[in-house]
Amino acid sequence: MKGFILKEFLHILRDKRTMLILFGMPVVQVLLFGYAITNEIKNARIGILDQSNDYVTQAITQKILSSGYFLAEEIMHHPDEAEDAFRKGKIKQIIIFGPDFANMMTTSPPVSIQLLTDASDPNTANLLSNYTQAIVQDYVRQQQQQAPNLPVIQIESTMQYNPELKGVFMFVPGTITILLMLISAMMTSISIAREKELGTMEVLLVSPLKPYQIILGKVIPYVLLSFINALIILLLSATVFGMPMNGSLVLLLLQSMLFIFMALSLGIFISTLSDSQQTAMLLSMFALMLPTILLSGFIFPIENMPMPLQLLSNIMPSKWFIIIIKSIMLKGLGMMYIWKETLILLLMTVFFIGMSVKKFKVRLA
Amino acid sequence: MRIIFYILQKEFRQIFRDKVMLPIILVMPMVQLLILSYTATFELKNTRISIIDHDRSQTSRDLVSKFSGSSFFSLISYESTYERGMEMIKEGKTDQLLIIEPGLEKKLGRGEKAGVMLITNAINGSAASLMNAYASSIVSDFNKLLVAETMPGIHSSGSLKTETRHWYNPRLNYQTYMVPGILVLLVTLIGMFLSGMNIVKEKELGTIEQINVTPIKKYQFMIGKLLPFWIIALFELLVGLVIARLVFGIAVEGSVALLIGTASVYLLVVLGIGILVSTVTDTMQQAMFISWFFIVIFILMSGLFTPVESMPLWAQRVNSLNPVAYFIQINRMIMLKGSGFNDISEHFYALVVYAIVMLTIAVSRYRKVA
Amino acid sequence: MEAADSKTVIRVRNLVKKFGSFVANDNLNFDVEKGEIFGFLGANGAGKTTAIKILCGLQKPTSGEIRVAGYDIYDQADQVKKNIGYMSQRFSLYEDLTVGENFQFYGGIYGLKAPVIRQRTTQLLDELGLTHIKNKILKEIPLGWKQKLAFSVALIHNPRIVFLDEPTGGVDPLTRRQFWEMIYSAAQKGITVFVTTHYMDEAEYCSRVSIMVDGRIEALDSPSGLKKHYRAESMNEVFVKLARSGKNSR
Repeated sequence: MKGFILKEFLHILRDKRTMLILFGMPVVQVLLFGYAITNEIKNARIGILDQSNDYVTQAITQKILSSGYFLAEEIMHHPDEAEDAFRKGKIKQIIIFGPDFANMMTTSPPVSIQLLTDASDPNTANLLSNYTQAIVQDYVRQQQQQAPNLPVIQIESTMQYNPELKGVFMFVPGTITILLMLISAMMTSISIAREKELGTMEVLLVSPLKPYQIILGKVIPYVLLSFINALIILLLSATVFGMPMNGSLVLLLLQSMLFIFMALSLGIFISTLSDSQQTAMLLSMFALMLPTILLSGFIFPIENMPMPLQLLSNIMPSKWFIIIIKSIMLKGLGMMYIWKETLILLLMTVFFIGMSVKKFKVRLA
Repeated sequence: MRIIFYILQKEFRQIFRDKVMLPIILVMPMVQLLILSYTATFELKNTRISIIDHDRSQTSRDLVSKFSGSSFFSLISYESTYERGMEMIKEGKTDQLLIIEPGLEKKLGRGEKAGVMLITNAINGSAASLMNAYASSIVSDFNKLLVAETMPGIHSSGSLKTETRHWYNPRLNYQTYMVPGILVLLVTLIGMFLSGMNIVKEKELGTIEQINVTPIKKYQFMIGKLLPFWIIALFELLVGLVIARLVFGIAVEGSVALLIGTASVYLLVVLGIGILVSTVTDTMQQAMFISWFFIVIFILMSGLFTPVESMPLWAQRVNSLNPVAYFIQINRMIMLKGSGFNDISEHFYALVVYAIVMLTIAVSRYRKVA
Repeated sequence: MEAADSKTVIRVRNLVKKFGSFVANDNLNFDVEKGEIFGFLGANGAGKTTAIKILCGLQKPTSGEIRVAGYDIYDQADQVKKNIGYMSQRFSLYEDLTVGENFQFYGGIYGLKAPVIRQRTTQLLDELGLTHIKNKILKEIPLGWKQKLAFSVALIHNPRIVFLDEPTGGVDPLTRRQFWEMIYSAAQKGITVFVTTHYMDEAEYCSRVSIMVDGRIEALDSPSGLKKHYRAESMNEVFVKLARSGKNSR
C-alpha cells in the first residue's frame, strides 16, 4: 500500500512539466487575478460635452475627474459625436451639460445633467451612472453645508470587514476555491480515467490491493499537492494582497482539507462516469468550470440572481466553501457560525464517495 | 485533398460515435448558455437592511418607511441592540444595518444636524459602495422634505439633478450583455479542448505512430485535425445565435456575415493554440492542465465578467495577447451595437496575425519524427 | 559507394543512435534481402524498437547510412514511407471505429483511391477469413483478431517491406501460429518482413536472425547457422549464451 502511494507520487513528481504547472499555475493565477481582476471601476473613459463652460460645470467636471473613477478621453462639442464614439467603443459614458448652466440653476431649478451610457455593458453602465450621480449629489451636499445650520440627517458610514473596499477580498476566496476544486477534481478524474483507458486499471484490480486502497493510493498524493497549493495561495494572499486572517488558521486549514476531500471524491465520481480521459476532462471542464465561476458567488453575488438559479447554486460545493473562507478570514468567525456549510460539504463528500462505490461495484459485478 | 477528406471522415466518425462525448459537446454548452446567462449581474436588487431604531419617533419611522418603500431595499428585521444587529451581519443574514440614535427628532426640531449610523457588509467592495450610495440618496431625499417642511424658503438640493439615458440597452438588460460573451466562451472551450486533446490522445494511444509512418504531409494532417473542430465550433456558434434570438430576443444588430467571418478567424487562433498544446505535451493530463491554465486566465481577464478598463495598465498590456478578449469585444460590438468592419478592423487584424502566428508555430512544432 | 544490389531492400551501415549519453544502437551494420523474413531478436531494452523506428522514419539516427527500399532515409523519407508498412508494438488501430473504417482511414491517408481501398479491404479480409466482422466496432472483437487486422492494415498499400514490432505480444499460441502463417504468405508474395520479437521459438521461423545485446548486433545468421555456430539445441540456448557473454564482457 505504501509502495503504491509512493509510485503514484513519483509518477507525478517525475513529470516536471506537470509539477511546474501544478505549483506555478496557482501562483501566477492568484497574482494575476489579485491585481488585475476587479469589478471596481477605475479610470473609466468618458466623454464630456460642456455647452456652458461656466464655474459650476467646471467645478462639477473637476470633481468628477478627480474622483479616480473617470478619465476624460474626449472633449466633445456636439451631441452628434456621441453615436460614433460609442460605436468605436472608445468611451463608456458621456456627461452633457446644457447651455447656460450656472444661470439656469438659480433662475429655473432644477437643472439636469444628462448622462449617456454605453449600456451594451449594462454592469459598467449602471455603475458609472451611479458613481456620477453620487458625485453630483456630493457636490450639492457640499453647497448645502456651506449654508448655515439646516436640520438635516447626516450618515456616518462604516464599511464592515473591508473599510478600503478592496476588490481582492472578493477575488482571493474565489480563486482559492476554483483552483482547489479544479486541480483536485480534474486531476483525480483524469488520472483514474487514464489508468482505465490504458488498461492499467485492470492490472491494479487483479492485484491483491483492495479497490479502496487503489483509489486511496491515487488520491493521497493529490490531497497533499492540493493542500500545499492551498497553503501557497493563502500565504500569497496574506503577504501580497493583505488579506487579513481574522479567524483561526487551523480551522481554515481543516476546512480546506475537507473541501479538497470533497473535490477529490467528486473527481472519483466523475471518473466512474467516464471511460476515457477525454470524457472525464470535458465533464470536469464543463460541469465544473463555468458553474464554479458563475454560480458560486465568486464574481456575481448569488442574491442578485433569479430564484431558480439561487436554488441551483446550493448544489455548488464552491458556494459553501467561499462562504466558509470569507467567514473565517474576513469576519473572523468560528465553527459556531459555519457548522451548516461544513455539514453540507461533508454530506456532499459522503454522497460522491457513496455514488462512486455503487458505480464501481456495479461495474465489477 | 483526398487524404484530408479521409482524416475528416475519421474524426467525425469518432466524434459522432461517442455517446458520452456528443451530448457534452453539443448539448451542455447550450444548456449552460441558457442557464448561466442569467447569473451574471452586478445589479443589486433587494439589498437586505436591518434597522435599530432607538429614537422611536415619527421622524425616525418616516425615515425607515423611506427605506422599506424603496424597491432597492428590503427591510429584513428590526433589532433591539447593536450586538444583535452585528450578529445579523456576521451570520450573513443582512447586508446593511441602519442605527438611529435616540434624540434624532429632537435635534432636527431644534434646527440642528443629526446623525444616523450605517454599517455595511463590505466584503464585496463594489456592491457595498453601491448600497451606500443608494442609502445616502434615500437619506438626502428625506432631507429635502425635512428642509422644505421646516424652512420653506430654502430650496436646497433640488437645484441639480441627473438624467441618465442608457444607450443600446435602455432597460439595462443583463442577459443582452452576457449572452454574446458566454457564447464566445463556450465556443472557445469546445474548440480549445477538442483540438488540445486530439493529437495528444493519438500519442497516448499509440495510433500517431501508425500515421507517422505514412507519407502524409504535415499540413494535410494539421488541416485534417483542425477542420472538424472548426466546423463544430462554428456550428455551435450559429446554434447559440439562434438561441440568443429566440430565447433572449437578442438579434444581431450588425452583419451576421461579418460576425461569422471574424468568428472563423478567431477559431483558427483558438484551435491553433489547442493544437500547439497538443503537440508539445505527451499526455492528455498535461495537455489538459496547460489548456486549463491558459483558458482560466483568458476567461477571467477577457472582460466578460469584469471591465477590462479597470485593470491596471500592465494587465491590459498582457491582455493584448488574450484572443478571448478580442473576440468578446468584437462579438458584443457587432451583436449589440451594430458596429461595422471599420469599427472592429483593429481587433480583426490582430486576430488574423494571431492566427497566422499560432498555426505556424503549431505546424512547425509538430514532428513526425521524435 | 558500392553498387546497389537490387536484391538488397534494407541496407544499414554504421547506424548509431544515442539518447544523451545512453547508446541505444551501437554501430549496427546489416543488409536485408527481398522476400526475406528478417528476425530482430533481443531482450527488452536491447535497442530493437529504436532500430525499427529509425528504419521507419519515426526517429532520426545520430549517424549512419541507411537505405530502405532503395531510398535514403534522410533525403527521401516520403519515398521510403510509401514503400513500407508498419505495425507497432502498441496496438494501433482505432478502437472506436469499425474494421472497415480502419482500413478505409489508413488506406485513405496513404493516398489510395476509394475503389482501390474497397478492393484491398475485401481482399485482405477475405484472406483472413474475417469478412463477417467488417462492420464490427474494433473494441468488440478479440485481441488475436485485432492483431491480425493490424497486420493487414499495414499491408493495405501493398508495401515492399513491412516492419512488425513485437507483433505477437500478449496473444495465445494458436493465434501466434496463425500470425506466422500470415507472415509466410506475405513473404511468398515477395514482401520483405522485418520482425522484432523476444519469443525465441519464433526466431526459428525466420530466414535470418540478428541478435542484439546492449545495443550491438552480436550475431547474424540463419537459425540453423546460429545453432551450429553456438553448438546449441534451440534458438533459446543461442540467445542465453549470447546474453551471458554480453554481460561478461562488461
